[in-house]
Parts: sequence; structure tokens; C-alpha cells
Amino acid sequence: MTEVPVTKEKWTGKIGVVSLGATADEGGSRAKKLAIGGETGMPFLSYEGAMVNRPLIAGEVLDYLEELPEQVRKEFQADCEDPVTWAKAWISRGADLICLKLHSTNPEELDRSPEEAAQTVLKVLRAVDVPLIVYGSGHEEKDAKVMEVVSNAAPKERLLLGQAEESAYKSVSAAAMANDHSIISFANLDVNLSKQINILLIDFGTRKDRIVLDPLFAALGMGLEYSYSVMERIRLAALMGDSMLQVPLICDTTSAWKAKEASEELEGHDGLEERAVWWEATTGLAALVSGADVLIMRSPSSAGIVRRAIDGLSGGV
Amino acid sequence: MPTAIEIFKHLPKKNCGKCNYPTCLAFAMQLANSKAKLEDCPFVSEEGKAALAASSAPPIRLVRFGSGQRAIEMGDETEIYRHEKKFFHPTAFAVAVSDQLPKDEVRGRVEAIRSVRFERVGQTLGFDSIAVKDDSGDPSKFASAVEEAASACDLPLVLVSSSPERMKVAASKVAARRPLLYGADQRNLAEMASVARTLGCPMALTGAKDLNEMADLAAKAKATGLEDLVLDLGSKSLKDQLEGCSKVRKLSVKKLFRGLGYPILVDAGKGEEAVLKGMLAVMKYGSLVIFDDISEAQALPLFVLRQNIYTDPQVPIQVKPGLYPVNGAKEGAPILFTTNFSLTYFTVLADIEKSKVPAWLLVVDSEGLSVMTAFSAGKLTPEIVVKALESSAAKERSGSEVLVMPGMVSRMSGKLQELSGMRVVVGPKESSGIPKFLKNLS
Repeated sequence: MTEVPVTKEKWTGKIGVVSLGATADEGGSRAKKLAIGGETGMPFLSYEGAMVNRPLIAGEVLDYLEELPEQVRKEFQADCEDPVTWAKAWISRGADLICLKLHSTNPEELDRSPEEAAQTVLKVLRAVDVPLIVYGSGHEEKDAKVMEVVSNAAPKERLLLGQAEESAYKSVSAAAMANDHSIISFANLDVNLSKQINILLIDFGTRKDRIVLDPLFAALGMGLEYSYSVMERIRLAALMGDSMLQVPLICDTTSAWKAKEASEELEGHDGLEERAVWWEATTGLAALVSGADVLIMRSPSSAGIVRRAIDGLSGGV
Repeated sequence: MPTAIEIFKHLPKKNCGKCNYPTCLAFAMQLANSKAKLEDCPFVSEEGKAALAASSAPPIRLVRFGSGQRAIEMGDETEIYRHEKKFFHPTAFAVAVSDQLPKDEVRGRVEAIRSVRFERVGQTLGFDSIAVKDDSGDPSKFASAVEEAASACDLPLVLVSSSPERMKVAASKVAARRPLLYGADQRNLAEMASVARTLGCPMALTGAKDLNEMADLAAKAKATGLEDLVLDLGSKSLKDQLEGCSKVRKLSVKKLFRGLGYPILVDAGKGEEAVLKGMLAVMKYGSLVIFDDISEAQALPLFVLRQNIYTDPQVPIQVKPGLYPVNGAKEGAPILFTTNFSLTYFTVLADIEKSKVPAWLLVVDSEGLSVMTAFSAGKLTPEIVVKALESSAAKERSGSEVLVMPGMVSRMSGKLQELSGMRVVVGPKESSGIPKFLKNLS
């Protein structure tokens, strides 16, 4: 009988664990905390190192529906008209946590006040007992204000706040630090920039176990391969000992819905809806295989496929 | 590929210069870089030649099946991660046809599989192979289904049967097409190998309970004289598949363990899990995936994933330069320009679409560099932009007098205005500012 040699890599580095949400004993109101990270090997290779924490799926909830594709609107129906019912609908469809995007605060659109937005956060916190990720609208100056008010409104909940970029990290990370929330560090598709933003945040006083990195996951057909390799390189560098990259990775797959193939009929081909569901699911699978610890997803159907993929990859099914 | 020192050990160390290099070491270094041929040394021993040939064989054997232009090449991969260099031979996708279908339905199904085609960024995406399955257990049925499938398309065939007798009957009919015979296990290895050897076909190994057994099976097949082997690791779950394929790739590439240095076949089955297995095979080391069934709507994301993952990471991903109408742009709509780095293009395009304002997007050939990189490298100059305007007949086609430039390169606005003769407007620095900018512009 042939004896095949063992191929186990000996990694020296380990991804740090970040804990999302806070329970009553810490003054929060979540039913339980969710841990992400902690890997000691490449994704899902149990013989290299145990993947102690299963990757999570955060269901996207918007407080302004402009961007929401008709197909997803149909999946949620009336539930998506209110962030509270929408968040509940996500929980009943198996989301591990909720990602609330406060797009209504965008001064170029509805321009809702930070206080109004914070009320939405509180309502969602009361409606569901899972940890919460909160984003602003992507408008730099406004987001700084929104995050400050949101941070103060839910001081003990250990929210995950998005996002700190190199060009504007101080106000958002200060808002997070003020109440010991966690923060998403964002870098545009680059290993060195990813490292850079983490260094800036830590120099500024952010605890490393409060940082989750988003290296921008480009959707299928829209530069996915680029992101896929950046993710693999970040994770490899972390496992080889680069401490500034030893943080969990978060990927937002909702951009898949911007792809032409996921939003338009293709001449001579049926099945737009099924294709669109798979478009986001495929984007999510590629993110997982390259190292994602949390996915922010838009369609519950896509999220269902990805959840079953996580089951399969973790040896559950 | 062996190192120069390993090669040097096998050279005569005479420094005779007959190879046209001054010393044996210099020659060894050229050999290691594939810049010289071993035959140029008149003194190297037969043992030395054999040793070097063995160690310079690719870590994963290149296996071909099919014939003609559509023949499929699998294996010969050298990397664990695509960023290290690239993945060379894209995963091939086969769809199964049962021999229990009536003859005309076999043809119909093959034609239907063949007709699934998508055009995307200059490539035609589709299935690569037909797998005919011996479900009937009837040699004449299997052979006639195989013949029918072969005559209905030019795709390479996989013949799926565990019976060497039925395989022999069917494969002899299409031997010239060089089908992949799938497969041989512990029980039928000798007979199946003899069919493969006689007909000159590659053969897939299956039914091993672990990698040790698979290596054993491969060694036995090799001992019968077969070199063109494919491995079906028989993974039950996505986890098994990822771990099995990862181990085989690492053993072959990193440890140069030859016993499993063959392409991997994934028999995916049908349904959602099959699609996931196919996608996993694309990312993680599968060379051939057989689907019992897969819908068109599942196939396109799978094809595009393969297209993405097998892109050469060393070549910037580019889009075709030119003038593109967005949001139904007509005469008089403004022209925005950006570079042809695909990520830049996709971002800008999505933001223009978001604005819902009709506009023309001029993609300037910056050799695949992003705006700032291209600007710094002198690949995005006023002259180059003007050339792009001219070669795409942008002014005539758009009837526009307004040219919007990326805010990041506002420094070149004066020169650009002068050279283009258009009203140059400096746009936002970040693409995300485009919707607001365009709304205000109109």
C-alpha cells in the first residue's frame, strides 16, 4: 500500500477573534454574542487548522429602498418597507445577524438626521436579538455624524460600525471607540492598503480585536478574481505572521445585483431570476473560499444557497 | 523543474564547451531556466538523462481527451494560488446523457447541451464535453448511445461505465475521438486498463476510499503502461472535495510527490450541491466536472466564475477602449472619460447608471491601468485622451461639447481643453460622486 506523505502547512500566525454584539452581562441586549475569526489555516481546510468559528451571514436591511432590485423586493414583499419587519423576516430566513444600512441619511437623497437614523437602529435592536452591523450612506461627512449619534444611542451593544477608510477614519473610529463598538476597516482591493488602514486604526487607539477588515469584494464578472486573490494574499500573509492582517474579513456581496447578468434579460436566455440568485450566491461562495468570515447578503435565496455551502464545507452535510 | 545544482550533479563536469557554454555549471543554469536543451551535451549518461527527464516532468501530468480543435487539456498546473503565477488549464464541464434514453432523445439532449452558449467579453462560454452513461447495463444500448452522441456533436466524450466489456464495445466505436474512459476501480483495473491501452484512451480512476488507496490504484495503472490518468476522489461533501483536491495539489506541486500527479475529475451529480461542487472545482483544483443536470441559469454564473478565476493575474484586466452610451445616451449628452482598467470601468459605469442621467462613457486605452496609476505612468495624457476622442469619433457620434474628466487628474484640464476644443468639466474625485455630479450638470 502506498503511503501518501502528509501535506499539513505549519502556519505561525493566527487570525484574531472578534466578538460581535453584547449580552446582558455586559450591559447589552443580544441573546448571544457571535465570534468570528480565530483561523489557524486556510479556509475550510480542517487538516491545516480548525475553523473554530463558522462564517456568518448578515442579512442586508435598508432604510431607503431606492437601490433595492425588484426581485429582492418581491422576496420580502411588504416586510422590506420597514427595517423592523425586514430584520425579523431575515431572522426567520436564517440570517445570523443583521446589517443595517442607513442610506436615508444621504444628504443628496432624503437627508434624514442622525437622530432619526439612530432611532431606526434602536427599533431594530429591540425587534431582533442578534448582533447588528450598521453602515451610514457612504457620504463621508454625514457618516461621521451619523455614526457618532448611533454609537451613543446604543452604547453597550457592541455594534459593528462601517466603515473606516484611510482618507476618513478618525471620526468614525472615534465614534466606535467611545462606546467600545467594533469597526470595519475598509481598503480598496489592496493588501498593503489593508495593512495600512489597520495600522492607522491601531495607532489611533482602536483595539485589534475590535477590527474587521473589508478589502472590497468585487462581484462575479466585475473583477471578482482580483478580490479573490487579494483576499487569499491577505489571509496567507496573516497566517505567515503579519499581525496587522490577522483580523477577520467581511465581504459585501450585494454588489452582485449591479451586474448586468443579474439585472437584465439576456437575449435568448431564460431564467433571469434564478441566474440573479446564483450571481450573488457565487460571489458569496468565492468570498468564503478565499477567506471571508462574514458575508453581507441581499437575497434570502442566495443566502440560503451560501448557508448550505457553508454547511457542506464545514462537513455538516 | 530541477534546480541548476541538481542538474549539475548529472553532467560530466568536463567543462568541454561543446554545449556552447563555457562550463557545465553555466550549462546547468541555462537548463534550469529552460534556455538550453539537455541533448546539447554529448557526454551526459543515459541514467542522467532519465533522472533529469523524470524530475523535470510537470508535477501534474497534462492529460488530453477528445480530438481536433475541441480537445480538452487538463492538468499541468504549477501553482497552489492563482496570484503566484496563474492557473493554466480551465476546468472543463461535461453534462451527462443516459444510454437509457431513446436514440433520438440522446441526439436531442446532446444538441440542447451544445446549444447552451453565452457571449461574454469576447469569449464564447459553453459546455465542453458530453458524458455518456452506461445506466442500462446493455452493451449494444451503451454503444449506440455513445455513437449517437459522437455523431451529434464535436465535443470530447467521457464514457461512464464500470464494465470493461461494455466499455470496450462502446469505446471501440469512437476510439478516434479519444474519449476519457471512466472508470477503473480496484475490481476492474486490469481489464479496464487493457481496454484503455489497446484503444489509446485516457482513463479515470475511481472508488478509492482515501488518497493512499488512490495512489495505489494509480501505481497499478501506471505499471500496466498507462500514463494518461485522471483521478475521481469520490468526494461525498464539499468539505471532502476541497480537502482532497487541496491535498493532491499540494502534494504534487510542493512535495513533487508523483503518485497523485494527475488531473482531478469531480462527478458532481445534480441539483444545487452539484453546482456548488462545480464552482468549488473551478476555484480549487478540479480539472473536469460532470453534471447529471444543470440549468442555463446556473451555468452562466459557473462559466463566468471560471472565466474570472482563470484570468491571468499578471495581465491587467482590460475592457475594450471606445465610446459607450449609458442610460440611453443620445445626441448632446455629456461625455465622461475613464481608463480601460476593468475595475475602474465597472465602478464608473455602475455609478453613471445609478444617476439615470444619459451620458457617454469614453474608455481611454491606458494599457489597463487605473486613473491615478495611468496618469503617473504617462498613460493618461491630454494627447492620449484626444486620440481616444478621435479614434472613436466621439464628438460626431455624441454631438456633445462637454467632456467630463476624472477629478483626480484635474491638473491636465487646461491642456485638454486646448487640445480637444471641447468644454472640459472637472468631475468628482471619487466615482461615487458621479450621480450627484451628473444630476447637477444637467
